[in-house]
Amino acid sequence: MSSATPQTASGGINWFKYSSPQTFFPLAGTLAPWFAAIAAVLFVAGLYIGFFVAPTDAQQGESYRIIFIHVPAAWMSMLIYLAMAFWAGMGLAFNTRLSGMMATALAPTGALFTFIALWTGALWGKPTWGTWWVWDARLTSELLLLFLYFGFMALQAAMDDPRRADKAGAVLALVGVINIPIIYFSVKWWNTLHQGASVSLKSAPTMAATMFTGMIVMVFACWAYAIAAALWRVRCIILERERRSEWVADYLETQK
Amino acid sequence: MLEVINLTSARGERTLFRNVSFKLDASGLLHVAGTNGSGKTSLLRILCGLGAADAGEVRWRGEPIHSVREAYWREGVYLGHANALKDDLSAIENLLMACTLAGRPASDGDAREALHAFGLAACSHLPVRALSQGQKRRSALARLALSTQARLWILDEPFSALDVAAVAHLEKLIVAYLDGGGSVIFTTHQDAAISARITQRIDLDKASVAAC
Amino acid sequence: MLNVMRAVIARDLTLAWRRRSDVFTSMIFFVIVASLFPLGIGPEPKLLLAIGPGIVWVAALLASMLALSRLFASDYADGTLEQMLLAATPLSVIVIAKVIAHWIAANLPLVLIAPLLGLQFGLPADALAVLALALALGTPSLSLIGAIGAALTLGLRGGGVLLALLVLPLYAPVLILGSLAVEATAAGLTAQPYLLLLAALSLGALSLAPWAVSAALRISYE
Repeated sequence: MSSATPQTASGGINWFKYSSPQTFFPLAGTLAPWFAAIAAVLFVAGLYIGFFVAPTDAQQGESYRIIFIHVPAAWMSMLIYLAMAFWAGMGLAFNTRLSGMMATALAPTGALFTFIALWTGALWGKPTWGTWWVWDARLTSELLLLFLYFGFMALQAAMDDPRRADKAGAVLALVGVINIPIIYFSVKWWNTLHQGASVSLKSAPTMAATMFTGMIVMVFACWAYAIAAALWRVRCIILERERRSEWVADYLETQK
Repeated sequence: MLEVINLTSARGERTLFRNVSFKLDASGLLHVAGTNGSGKTSLLRILCGLGAADAGEVRWRGEPIHSVREAYWREGVYLGHANALKDDLSAIENLLMACTLAGRPASDGDAREALHAFGLAACSHLPVRALSQGQKRRSALARLALSTQARLWILDEPFSALDVAAVAHLEKLIVAYLDGGGSVIFTTHQDAAISARITQRIDLDKASVAAC
Repeated sequence: MLNVMRAVIARDLTLAWRRRSDVFTSMIFFVIVASLFPLGIGPEPKLLLAIGPGIVWVAALLASMLALSRLFASDYADGTLEQMLLAATPLSVIVIAKVIAHWIAANLPLVLIAPLLGLQFGLPADALAVLALALALGTPSLSLIGAIGAALTLGLRGGGVLLALLVLPLYAPVLILGSLAVEATAAGLTAQPYLLLLAALSLGALSLAPWAVSAALRISYE
């Protein structure tokens, strides 16, 4: 997610130039369509490889193909939480308004990917294990991660003052980020101790090169999508929070 | 001692006050005036470090209060709208706790004396729940009698809900404190006899600072 | 600093004692929740023995969480919390003192009564002892993590439900380790690693949570 940062986008020339909402707003507007386009191209390419090029799995047949969505979504769900906590922490440490807005903008996308990972996991479980839900360590951690996202969004939604929402959300995101590894390892341990014949998601022992390519392409597609979605959302947040300022009035004037 | 530079505060869409600046020295008495909703309480909360300003800075002995924190709070007393009394504790228990938190532990005898001086002799051991509004306010104000070593009192509407005798006693406390070199910032709606001692006045409706 | 801690603990315990019906309410809640499960599941002793540790832990988690709203809410309402934020002692120290008092008033009773509930599920004697020990080691981290949630939701509408949403996912590791400790003992294995991990979680929470709580309290006041 760090490629969505104003810093890298500004080419390392002036790190703080784009940290003000006013200068970041047009930049986000320029970048978002590009990332959306990249995402679209990569999604088409990745799905093509996934459905038509990658070979059928010897054990699972065609149903394994859901990993082309499931695995990238699961990766993104965790990565976005980290990115969110990073921006929240930056906002708390340097008191920059844009950082808090970035964290808020990332949360729904992260929750969406978590939900997709859970849903595709269930869809995959039905043909493979014969049941929609197994208390697999990863699925369980993913479920708890979804709750953490919900908590973050609910807390921010309950606060009328955006400044308080940013800061309180930041504290919660940081607490969550410390807890994620603890949750993950305790769940993993719990899982191995409770299940004699543990079912694992590592069901494809050797992965064909084309499978791997397809998955990597899909991962990048998800990155590009997440960046585009976050940039668009942050633009809306900027407009809403800065609606009293002159530049927003000017901007809205030109949009008519 | 207290220096305020270009303080600006907004509540949601509305700017309460803009660019408030003043300096308060030893024995200074600052009256913050303004109509309801003009931001008097917000200003006092920012001054004591509870609230955050949208712009500007508050300095204590030359240092921003957010970097000296406990050192500033040890020298200051803030009495807000809320009396900061626990209903289930007696007036004397409340008073002792408040003094401990402020870093100036008081003895039982001192606390009793401070309450007696405010006319609370008979009810200093009752749970605060049983007291009237005026008695609760006096229990809260009794803290001031034990806070004379502090250098700054910030008082939000100290005279509200008080009877004539209590007002007189509070004024006596403030005057003695000012004579001892302390500084006071307060808001009030009443016309108090203390007016004679006011050295500065801020009117938040006009956002002006005037020396008196 | 220790004087202030002692004074705050004494104050909060006095207040809890003068409002002791609150403490009984959460204890009764704990007992009722744990007693409802067999009614829903059936009296099969083997099954109850298997799920007993988890149920007692979940009930303790919920009872501990419900008590959290008492941690800061009344101090917030009457203005005494304001004075704690402006105290001459660092806020994190006061927070630790408040959490200690809260743990004694709200969680210690749960620890003491839990073996009785374990009996309802037919847990053996050594498992009952481990249950109490695991709760004693694990509930401090519940109070500490919960305090962060309580501070963040201070003064918000719908704070209670929101608090549950924030705090319960974070309770998962304690629940897992605590139940495993009891199950291991019931199965004749050692519970030591789980108990040590529970203690480690509580110590970790003790070192980090007070700062998060202080930051959250100040944010709630700004």
